[in-house]
Amino acid sequence: MTQVPRLRLTQYVLLVACILLFVAAIDCAFAQPFGVTRGPAPPEVGGFTGWILAKQAEFYRTLSGLIRAAKADGSATYTLLGISFLYGIFHAAGPGHGKAVISSYLVANDETWRRGIVLSFASAILQAFTAVAVVGIAAALLGATAKAMGNTVRVIEIVSYALIMLIGLRLLWVKGRAFLRLLRGEQQAKEAHGHEHHHHAHDHDHGHDHHHARGHDHGHGHGHDNHHHAHHAHGHDHHHGHAHSHDHDHEDDASAWGHAHAPEPQELTGKHWLRRGLAAIIAVGLRPCSGAIIVLVFALAQGLFWIGVASTFVMGLGTAITVAAIATLAVGARGLADRFAKARPGAGMLLLRGLETAAALVIVFFGAALLTGYIVSERLLGV
Amino acid sequence: MLRIFLVALATLFIVAPAQAHPHVWVTMRTELVYAPDGRITGIRHAWSFDDMFSTFAIQGLDSKEKGKFTREELAPLAKVNVESLKEFDYFTYATADGTKVALTDPTSDYWLDYNDQVLTLNFTLPLKSPVKAKELKIEIYDPTIFVDFSFDKQNPARLVGAPKCKLDVQLPREMTFAEGKKLSEIPADEKNTTMAWGAQFANKLLVHCP
Repeated sequence: MTQVPRLRLTQYVLLVACILLFVAAIDCAFAQPFGVTRGPAPPEVGGFTGWILAKQAEFYRTLSGLIRAAKADGSATYTLLGISFLYGIFHAAGPGHGKAVISSYLVANDETWRRGIVLSFASAILQAFTAVAVVGIAAALLGATAKAMGNTVRVIEIVSYALIMLIGLRLLWVKGRAFLRLLRGEQQAKEAHGHEHHHHAHDHDHGHDHHHARGHDHGHGHGHDNHHHAHHAHGHDHHHGHAHSHDHDHEDDASAWGHAHAPEPQELTGKHWLRRGLAAIIAVGLRPCSGAIIVLVFALAQGLFWIGVASTFVMGLGTAITVAAIATLAVGARGLADRFAKARPGAGMLLLRGLETAAALVIVFFGAALLTGYIVSERLLGV
Repeated sequence: MLRIFLVALATLFIVAPAQAHPHVWVTMRTELVYAPDGRITGIRHAWSFDDMFSTFAIQGLDSKEKGKFTREELAPLAKVNVESLKEFDYFTYATADGTKVALTDPTSDYWLDYNDQVLTLNFTLPLKSPVKAKELKIEIYDPTIFVDFSFDKQNPARLVGAPKCKLDVQLPREMTFAEGKKLSEIPADEKNTTMAWGAQFANKLLVHCP
């Protein structure tokens, strides 16, 4: 890997940028042609997304009839649960931030697909649980109005979105720095007149960084390896003047917890990941689905609250299956990138860190967009 | 190969910022009110919500007779409804001979009624300044598709006090994938295509006057 072709590097950075751009710009793409009359006509998207939207709307609309039917005839309950399940599957396949946040989290944190499935199920079940809790406590016990419930949901929403942003920022801090450092090192490697240069060469200062959770990369005490590169690099470094004094690039110093060190073995295999994933589960699962709340209130009004509860959890199960499938796909993509990175340590590693940084950015984007109301995931209108 | 996966990953997120599917269905009956001099003065809406949302909206409200609500009992809810609709421009967009027409907040005589477990919101949106137009266009839609609007099958809309004008009700039709793609390729500054495209997908009332 003596030389990293500039073209290829640029391509990767561009690709990563594209992912983010797509996310940010799609709204504009739809809005622009209609800009004159403020906002687009209903984006009745065709194709796959359109079909998903149509299907879930169709399922949702049959729920009220089935709940009524279940009141008269108990056997209709099974149909209700079946439709609830399908609704859950389609609901999660349609637009929504949950799967995007979970997938990005898995990619950025390099989690396994098994953990992805666990996270998906836990967050979906939590989501069903919060819906039942809100309606059960507010409506069934306290007799609260729809407006009061709406306000409760809005508070939960803010907490959940803020949490998403925090998770994203934290990942961005760790992964983004690792990426920048690698990028800088990559440049220096090039300036070092193509001399065989491997990042693994710098792993001798691990011991120093270990205690610095913030990961200062002091170059103290061992300037013997890189200084001659640094002289060459000096003039080209646009970031800041000190760049040449701390340029040790460890491929693995980007663990989510900010050790400037490889993750501890027990951290990878132990229960650590679950504790780490808990924040993601809560961030995504805390906000109850409006549809579930409306269904629960409707069931409550028919005197069939428990059937509504069953329906809500079955919906959650359906949602979990879809999110888990998408999360597995994301983990698969990441695995492919990993394999590529192993084959080409320089460019590949840069790509990998870039991917992680992009994934972290996606989470930050979603958190910020949801929090500022740029994306409205759902809303409880006029109540 | 890797690139394909990256692109696949990207597409997962593409749909994400688009909004959720409808959770509220509204069946509309709309009246366009004209002054004797032939100018349109306001848009009178009667929006009936679907049964699930209706039940949700009245949750926790007190009434003298169980399962029945008077206008007075529903007045606070009506106020909240109308006030929250402001943020969304009442989902109503009007143009007269191609120029956008400004609407004001509803007149104070709005109300809700509850019949057969269906909640109906009645309100009138006055025009800021009444206009006389050869071609008047009223569109009703929620750009975020949280609310799904459709006209009532029997009485979608009618004109009040405009004997010489002709009303044409156009229902939305679904956009095909090819159309959606083409739509995103239209440059933003092309105003004519804007009209031609956007119009096709909203609930639209067209009034032709001599």
